Amino acid sequence: MKDALLSLRGLTKAYPGVVANSDISFDIRAGEVHALLGENGAGKSTLVKTIYGLVRPDHGTMTLAGQPYAPHEPRAARAAGVAMVFQHFSLFDALTVAENITLGMENPPPLKDLSARIRDVSDRYGLPLDPARIVGDLSAGERQRVEIIRCLLQDPRLMIMDEPTSVLTPQEVHILFETLRKLRAQGTSILYISHKLEEIRALCEHATILRLGKVVGTCDPRVTSARQMAEQMVGGTLQTPARAGNVTGEVVLEVKDLSAPSPRAFGMALKSVSFAVRKGEVLGIGGVAGNGQDELLLALSGEMRVADGMVQFKGQPVGRLGPTERRRLGLLTAPEERMGHAAAPDMSLTENALLTGAVREGLTANGFLNWGKARTFAESIIKGFDVRTPGPQNTARSLSGGNLQKFVIGREILQRPDVLVVNQPTWGVDASAAAAIRQALLDLASKGAAVIVVSQDLDELMEISDRFAALNEGRLSALRPAQGLTVDEIGLMLGGAHGMEVAHVAG
Amino acid sequence: MIRLEKRAQPSRGWTIATPIIAVVATMIAGGLMFAALGKDPVEAIRTIFWDPLFGPFASYARPQLLVKAGPLILIAIGLSFGFKAGIWNIGAEGQYIMGALTGAATALAFYPAEWWIIFPLAILAGAVGGFLWAMIPAVLKVRFGTNEILVSLMLVYVAQSLLAAAALGWLRNPEGMGFPGSRNLAQWAATANPELIAGTGMHWGVVMAFLSVIVAYVILSRHMLGFSIRVTGQSPRAAAFAGVNPGRLVIVCMGVSGALAGMAGLFEVTGPAGQISIDFNVGYGFTAIIVAFLGRLHPVGILLAGLLMALTYIGGEMAQLSLGLPAAAIQLFQGMLLFFLLAVDVLTNYRIRAARREVA
Repeated sequence: MKDALLSLRGLTKAYPGVVANSDISFDIRAGEVHALLGENGAGKSTLVKTIYGLVRPDHGTMTLAGQPYAPHEPRAARAAGVAMVFQHFSLFDALTVAENITLGMENPPPLKDLSARIRDVSDRYGLPLDPARIVGDLSAGERQRVEIIRCLLQDPRLMIMDEPTSVLTPQEVHILFETLRKLRAQGTSILYISHKLEEIRALCEHATILRLGKVVGTCDPRVTSARQMAEQMVGGTLQTPARAGNVTGEVVLEVKDLSAPSPRAFGMALKSVSFAVRKGEVLGIGGVAGNGQDELLLALSGEMRVADGMVQFKGQPVGRLGPTERRRLGLLTAPEERMGHAAAPDMSLTENALLTGAVREGLTANGFLNWGKARTFAESIIKGFDVRTPGPQNTARSLSGGNLQKFVIGREILQRPDVLVVNQPTWGVDASAAAAIRQALLDLASKGAAVIVVSQDLDELMEISDRFAALNEGRLSALRPAQGLTVDEIGLMLGGAHGMEVAHVAG
Repeated sequence: MIRLEKRAQPSRGWTIATPIIAVVATMIAGGLMFAALGKDPVEAIRTIFWDPLFGPFASYARPQLLVKAGPLILIAIGLSFGFKAGIWNIGAEGQYIMGALTGAATALAFYPAEWWIIFPLAILAGAVGGFLWAMIPAVLKVRFGTNEILVSLMLVYVAQSLLAAAALGWLRNPEGMGFPGSRNLAQWAATANPELIAGTGMHWGVVMAFLSVIVAYVILSRHMLGFSIRVTGQSPRAAAFAGVNPGRLVIVCMGVSGALAGMAGLFEVTGPAGQISIDFNVGYGFTAIIVAFLGRLHPVGILLAGLLMALTYIGGEMAQLSLGLPAAAIQLFQGMLLFFLLAVDVLTNYRIRAARREVA
């Protein structure tokens, strides 16, 4: 193709036991936003790492603007004009924006000049950012702007963005898209990776779909439905979670005027959070991470003790009880961070099943562990939730993110909770696993449990919640029925894009 | 360029192989050092590793093996509980001294009675003494967040001063003609901790060490406490989520290591040492740290590591006597062992890849 900026031809990369990329060929044209779609494990990240010089392909060639392109390290990729914004930010909380950007540069200009350039770029692309601010005080959306500006300072010809909207409010997404459209108008190409198909339909003009390491299709997202794309990704029909219908049972968990400082530095204190959930109800709590979600989870799980009356379970004050006592009563939680919080990475799945299952599943007697029973419990989780692993003796670390998440959620659901609190249940999980997890949560609610889902994914919350509330700056909004809420209303509940949405965006 | 690649699972084979490789590497590097000192390396290695067991003076050296290994194992087993959980009790030497002091003092309060109850009582008092001494850093850590490494280490020097004060003052033998040191507990039937089977070096402390290996094995592999310890060591946040109370765990782990170290002190003062003296402690509490790691914090590993360490002690002494090797060379040799162990330890969790540079 003549106007291709980057051409991939026959890229193949095999790891022991798995072919991550197999004979991948496609073109990214100059000035287009090109979507890369696929489930977790489809080979997207290997492909992107190949383009960014982090991985070398076994076979295949790349051509960038007519020149052979084979970067052996990211520095070479950046020199050739390829930049990447990662899903996880690599920023130092205690430093300023300008200092963080300096750290990533090879020949940093004096801080004063750099600050001027940052202001210049942020004005030009409508990305409001003060170079003198401390990163620890920034919202997730603002942190992402730091990463984007860090890329833009290199004047890239191709920018790779990995799941850029997973941490943004609707308004922030809007600002980001304006920026990306401006870049496109200037001739910069963007390779855009996302699970959110509606966003891709709004932004991209071309999409390449990967499954099991191979290109299985291309399409124009503007004229293809999200469902069609999802089914191409999965290679089958997609199941939409089915709701059993609204329930108005008795209140099982009540949080009253919960205020607590964060146990972490740069954490968010909870301020007068109050809500009640009923039997059979799914309560969705939306909001951008870092607005008190982790603290709320800690206060509900018992890892952070609060005043007795602040958390009440079936009318009984439990604020001072620890995680084990709350589990015994029937209040179970699944934290966001799978590795190292919800599960111990270096321990086997059997041991991880024991981690929270000891009390309710009777896996101990007089303090002695019943390994046989723990193993059976782990096997039932693996079987019941389709966790792909050779067996319960494997470590949690050896599982992919989606599989471990299924294990973690399954572990709690199988313990028949009266209340289950989950944080970001489908974060970084592919479409079919996410659908399975959501369905499992709905099934749990239809059996009479109260489910609280804390998530940044508003589509997810709208799909499964009966009522919705937003957590912003440690404060919880009033609970509203989820049906009939518009995206704009939700955006306002989330506190907007931190008061910056109109700044500087021209054209 | 070589590159380290993290394994998905810790390698079981390497877990067993690394201590053996470390011992062999120590022999090679140590041999080179001995050669540089002008000694025959083969003879030196043989004197250290072979002669204590099978050489001409083996009948004297062999019992010493258990005498030396006993306290090392007993203390190291206690330390391994905390080390597995990331709780670093470096002051076992102090707890060992305090156990000996409290145990000896309790027993001597009954002197010259000949009741059988005195010895068990002294063991209990020794354990309590070590336990309480370990509670100082433990409680300070839980209550005020102090660093248990520093506090426990500093308390070793406090314990040494108390030991000196006791040997010179309040525990001094009234019939000792003014010499420092307590009455001889090994020669007093009520507290004597004799060799149980002639020619083996086996005394009650060694029995207790073996018992502790078995109990520790059961606790670590089959009990909730052992599970809590392992989770805490591997991922503290997962442990908190599981409901482990970190403060309680600090108290339990420090307490267990203190009590076992204290007991080891009591068995030593009633047996091989015989009395409280100014230089009663010879560093078992510090060497036990090496033993714990050499044994990979596993009870059976610690048992073997304790025996190996005792062997290098006895063999080292023999090498000093027969070959005229300096004491510092022997200590260096023992230090090498830990160094090599930690160095090859990386292979358990990582594999080495000779690779082109793929900079992240």
